[in-house]
Amino acid sequence: MKYVDEFRDPVTARAVIEGIAVLADRIMRTRTRPLQVMEVCGGHTHAIFRFGLTELLPGTIEFVHGPGCPVCVLPMGVVDDCVSIAMRPEVILTTFGDAMRVPGSRTSLLGARAAGADVRMVYSPLDALALARANPARQVVFFGIGFETTMPATALTVQQAAREGIANFSLFCNHITIVPTLRAVLDAPGMQIDGFLGPGHVSMVIGSAPYRFIARHYRKPLVIAGFEPLDVLQSLWMLLAQIDAGRCEIENQYARVAEHDGNATALAAMSAVFEPRESCEWRGLGSIERSGVRMRGRYATWDAERRFALARRRIADPAACRCGEVLTGAIKPWQCSLFGKACTPATPLGALMVSSEGACAAYIQYARRDDPAQPAA
Amino acid sequence: MCLGIPAQIVSIIDAGAPSAMISVGGVQRAVNIACIVDEAHTAQQCLGDWVLVHAGFAMARIDADEAARTLAMLAELGEMQAELDAMREGAGSST
Repeated sequence: MKYVDEFRDPVTARAVIEGIAVLADRIMRTRTRPLQVMEVCGGHTHAIFRFGLTELLPGTIEFVHGPGCPVCVLPMGVVDDCVSIAMRPEVILTTFGDAMRVPGSRTSLLGARAAGADVRMVYSPLDALALARANPARQVVFFGIGFETTMPATALTVQQAAREGIANFSLFCNHITIVPTLRAVLDAPGMQIDGFLGPGHVSMVIGSAPYRFIARHYRKPLVIAGFEPLDVLQSLWMLLAQIDAGRCEIENQYARVAEHDGNATALAAMSAVFEPRESCEWRGLGSIERSGVRMRGRYATWDAERRFALARRRIADPAACRCGEVLTGAIKPWQCSLFGKACTPATPLGALMVSSEGACAAYIQYARRDDPAQPAA
Repeated sequence: MCLGIPAQIVSIIDAGAPSAMISVGGVQRAVNIACIVDEAHTAQQCLGDWVLVHAGFAMARIDADEAARTLAMLAELGEMQAELDAMREGAGSST
């Protein structure tokens, strides 16, 4: 219990860990395979590794690291389209720092910049809008990615561009939404996940009602979780208490930030600006129906996809990549033959090696000790 | 990307926009506060609030203890400096 003394309230942390052990023990009396808990959000994945939480828990509990890292699941075709926009001489291409390293089929945005494209990292889409104001002769494009956590920022920025009539600003919209994604995970063949830790900050925006289908139709419990180690442990405890009692409910451990109804202003802006795409391509998971959004017709002026007549190219994932199986919990990262060899954080091939929030990158960074089969990294 | 950063509102820039100046870790910058303002809590009442900031937008009000704990956790995760650097560089640095 190397880290527990450093947790906020170590006394409570020890009690929660003990409580989890008791519940896991009782649940395991009537089953043989381990309990699989998916933490949906990449922020939770990072916290679980950084604070060594699996080492504090019974070996009968397995975390399955979910698809909630938007950088990780960006398909190569989208990166290629973005690079082709960036290479146009009139364009200033802006995006979050995380998106710059994601490899396309030929290069990343960082590579495009090295080849002469004007690619700039911004902290906020509002910074991209400010660049458009300051550079009226250039086309400023914001490459918008992320789940519902970053969607309100993009939607509100587009609305501001519309209000101010800033015509040289546009959004290359590649936002994705959590509910269809979870449905795809739940429908995956061989899915054996027993319960979910729900994403805290997506839930801050969308509230807890959208998850009800998971309990009702799929009979799985979900607990919306905060990001501190004690939050993750408490949420896991709540999840095991449900499993032990045979309950399937949507519970909220992170009510101090994520309110039941979500954020009304954010939701209104998102639904004004975005509408679902029929289908959306993911790195590692293939195509998921209605999992992505595009801009509504009334905001066509600010839609980079329309402005630059993009093809939305599809590029297949590298054949040997097994990211999809890691994402659904079918295999562990080190069971992929590329892991740590052809695919490393410096030269990522697969989605999950790209960002520090990806499961494979986290395995390398924190060289897991609880997986004896894992080769030393 | 999904963790955001807690910061304190130190001045209201424009109650109409609405926007405010936040401060965290020695960095100050303007953020949009539309998502934390309503009739029950106006822009002017946001002065001194601790908020959770995502991509230049204050997304939720949090209490000061929550903010302190979250800042400590971000530092522990090694994400604090990158977030502050990104905020500081602001509008479109090419580095």
